[in-house]
Amino acid sequence: VTTFGRIAVVGASLAGVRAAETLRASGHQGRLTLISAEPEMPYDRPPLSKQLLTGEWDTERVWLRKPDHYSALDCHLLLGRRAVSLDPVRRTLRLDDDIDVEFDGLIVATGAEPRRLPATPSLPGIRYLRTLPDALALRSSVEHDGRVVVIGAGFIGLEAAARSQRRGAQVAVVESATRPLERVLGPRASALVAQLHADNGVDLRCSTAVSHIEGDSDVTGVRLTDGTLLATKTVLVGIGAAPSTAWLADSGLHVADGVMCDAYCAAAPGIYAAGDVARWYSTSLGAHVRHEHWTNAVEQARRAAQNMLLDPGEQVPYDPVPYVWSDQYDIRIQVLGHWLPDDDVRVLEEDTRARRLVELRGRLGRVTGALTINAPREFLRLKRLVNAATEWSSAAERTPA
Amino acid sequence: MDIEVDRDKCCGVGNCVEVAPSFFTLSDEDGHVVLLQAHASLDDAAAVREAAAQCPTDAIDVVE
Repeated sequence: VTTFGRIAVVGASLAGVRAAETLRASGHQGRLTLISAEPEMPYDRPPLSKQLLTGEWDTERVWLRKPDHYSALDCHLLLGRRAVSLDPVRRTLRLDDDIDVEFDGLIVATGAEPRRLPATPSLPGIRYLRTLPDALALRSSVEHDGRVVVIGAGFIGLEAAARSQRRGAQVAVVESATRPLERVLGPRASALVAQLHADNGVDLRCSTAVSHIEGDSDVTGVRLTDGTLLATKTVLVGIGAAPSTAWLADSGLHVADGVMCDAYCAAAPGIYAAGDVARWYSTSLGAHVRHEHWTNAVEQARRAAQNMLLDPGEQVPYDPVPYVWSDQYDIRIQVLGHWLPDDDVRVLEEDTRARRLVELRGRLGRVTGALTINAPREFLRLKRLVNAATEWSSAAERTPA
Repeated sequence: MDIEVDRDKCCGVGNCVEVAPSFFTLSDEDGHVVLLQAHASLDDAAAVREAAAQCPTDAIDVVE
């Protein structure tokens, strides 16, 4: 085991908090500092587009841990302090109050930030959904206006659309692709999701783009490229996220759509990255990948923290089977495995009325992934096939369509 | 050993069902975890602890 005097974790995100916990559980006894640009207690993001948005959950319910957890961990929590630069050679972080933090080991977990709508002035009614204040502000403006236009039919936009609609708001969703989530879920699942939102009264407008936001001092509507005006005071922009790496620009670390890491999540000696910000080398894919998924943050943080404390010969490559879930209305979408565009796909079950779909995915003669909608037990069965990398032909035989 | 689950937290990845299938399953209704037995004997304690450890959302609580 390698011992470190002082370990700093930048970003009290899910990945940051889990990394700090793993460091203690794996025997780190020196100083442990968790630095967060956000002033709130570290919180969980999935409820921001769900239970927090509807008001079912209050702010404390989304905290990752209770405040006394951090003192029990002997973890020094620096909230509301943004890391602005890193010197990996002198092993020093600079914070936005010009304080330097020296470290022996560092975990970068600064996450990602929403992509901004291009060429658009910053009006109060244009909202994003990444932080707890974002979610509270969106909740109150949807409540107040009774109407919201969501730009981008990704997971966050669709979840927010579903919850806002359920609360009685009029909801429109604008998506430039032909269907929501098509690139992520494939044609059958995206058609099912489109129908689900339409049936629930969401005005889903695909294959059309936003021309511009109307309004001078505040939003009055969204003008589409086909000329349509969607009148609204509140716009939610959900067009993806970019890794938060600006603070590393002069660090000398290799940054290319994420902090470039090796198979062990190391970006440099003693410096590791985890979660949305990390682009690591996947040994099974033979390529660098970055995932903005909740379970990836958990698993990668654990692996990165464990590897930091292990001698080089004992480190374990990070090579997970990715898992994504999304709850919209009363359906649950579950996706397992890395998805590549030329994967083999076999539809095992498709029932659009019951909103049920079961798909198996494979590559190079092996089962590599699964997608289910409203079929949790089937998901479990297919997961076993994925984990065992079952032969594609025998899996197809045992699971007739 | 007593077992408690927080169904709201469950993300349905099913690690617990793989590790301790006689204690956990997923509901056909909503895909969230269902606790099959709330008590574990010493023989089963290790599997239940492992299920709790492998839960990414910390939805399983074990009271020794």
